[in-house]
Amino acid sequence: MSTQTDTKYELNFWEKIYIPEILKGMKLTLEQMLKKKETREYPEEKWVPPPSYRGAPVLVLEENGVERCVACGLCSRVCPALAIEVHASETEHEKERYPELFEINMLRCIFCGFCEEVCPEEAIVMSPVYEMAFTKYEDAIFGKEKLLTPVNELRPRLEYLRAHR
Amino acid sequence: MDMIDILITMTKIVLLFGVVLITVAELVYTERKISAWVQNRIGPNRVGWRGLLQPYADVIKLLVKEDIVPAAAHRFIHTLAPIISITVAMSTLAVVPLAGQTFTLFGREISLLVADVNVGILYVLALTSMGVYGLTLSGWSSNNKYSLLGGLRSAAQMISYELSMGLSVIGVIMIAGSLRLTDIVALQSGWQWNIVLQPVGFIVFLVAAFAETNRTPFDLPEAEPELVGGYHTEYSSFKFALFFLAEYANMITASAVVVTLYLGGWQIPYLELLELPVYANVLLQILAFAVKVAFLLFVFQWVRWTVPRFRYDQLMNLGWKVMLPIALANVVVTGIVLLLL
Repeated sequence: MSTQTDTKYELNFWEKIYIPEILKGMKLTLEQMLKKKETREYPEEKWVPPPSYRGAPVLVLEENGVERCVACGLCSRVCPALAIEVHASETEHEKERYPELFEINMLRCIFCGFCEEVCPEEAIVMSPVYEMAFTKYEDAIFGKEKLLTPVNELRPRLEYLRAHR
Repeated sequence: MDMIDILITMTKIVLLFGVVLITVAELVYTERKISAWVQNRIGPNRVGWRGLLQPYADVIKLLVKEDIVPAAAHRFIHTLAPIISITVAMSTLAVVPLAGQTFTLFGREISLLVADVNVGILYVLALTSMGVYGLTLSGWSSNNKYSLLGGLRSAAQMISYELSMGLSVIGVIMIAGSLRLTDIVALQSGWQWNIVLQPVGFIVFLVAAFAETNRTPFDLPEAEPELVGGYHTEYSSFKFALFFLAEYANMITASAVVVTLYLGGWQIPYLELLELPVYANVLLQILAFAVKVAFLLFVFQWVRWTVPRFRYDQLMNLGWKVMLPIALANVVVTGIVLLLL
């Protein structure tokens, strides 16, 4: 392979009179015009993210209706954006601890996935949800009622995590 | 000239004006669609059926925006410039014949053009070069360095291309022996279109028309990446809309003139052999004219999304060192051929 430094190109006669070259270019654009369109018409046709996608973090709700979270507070500790707030409390269940309050501020969240990585119970995972537009500041703070998601909806992500942990 | 004649002319003007305005609106739409298609996108498709009402939404948006005049601008000229642009762009079409067949209505013979001027070509050339005042004045009065540069560029560009445009038309005038556009079209019957007789003149005229209408590859006065919009940087709201309108109206005018001079205007080859009724003839001729203009408008937009902008020195080189000699040679060759025939 030679290193070419002189990129100056001498045009021949037909290139100098422009017209044939412009016609060539127009042929190219005409071909492009007739090609398949690449646009995804978003609000009607939604993108389905792959399991590796980090969307909004959510809490896993077991099939028996108990949350996995034991309110250890590691996610809150590791969160670089200080978006998570956990208040722990005790229950009569087998798992003695549960989060009395679990809030994620979606305006602060940077979707880094550290909370998911650090969680010992696989209780907080990144969901495929990417539509998060709010009209009010209060709407952006997700409490437990919004965060708790049935485990079935999160299977692909959980399997992905196990495969790549 | 009595009241009815005046009324007929007024009706023609209003009709033509309306048609041009609607075409301009839809041209904005086709421009966006074609740009989208070239880039493998879909383009506007939300407002109205397949997005056909998009330009009207754009117009409403422009109208409700605030009209800003820079504090240091020359207020009067700043307002005058877009008016000049649009007036010039709109009035050129008056001499372009839309159909050759005349028909009688209310006992009067009605021809399908607003004014049958006997120096039609001169009128067209004179008015299109007036358009440069709109751009230059807007550039100067905005008191903005980018606008000024855009205005200056437009002036220089117009001067360079006006010459070759005029000279390329001379070939057509020599063949037709008349400056009246109706005569020129009438002579292009059958396949005797001027594009066949004057191919070089056609190319020179077309390129010059691109330059006259400030379309890519000669859109130096606007040149978004270098001049932040050029002459219309300091314009907003309705005045900006007027400039926008003028650009597209200019395109229609240029296409109509090219069709009239070189592509046989309303002529459909050998239509007269069919001996159709008068109204069918009129309609077919208008349709032929419209189709030809539409095709040229498509070419204008097609070229815009194909060819990159010329550099300023390249533009001047092309104008003075290439186009002008070719146009001159074309005049000489046409003259010799006409003498020998």
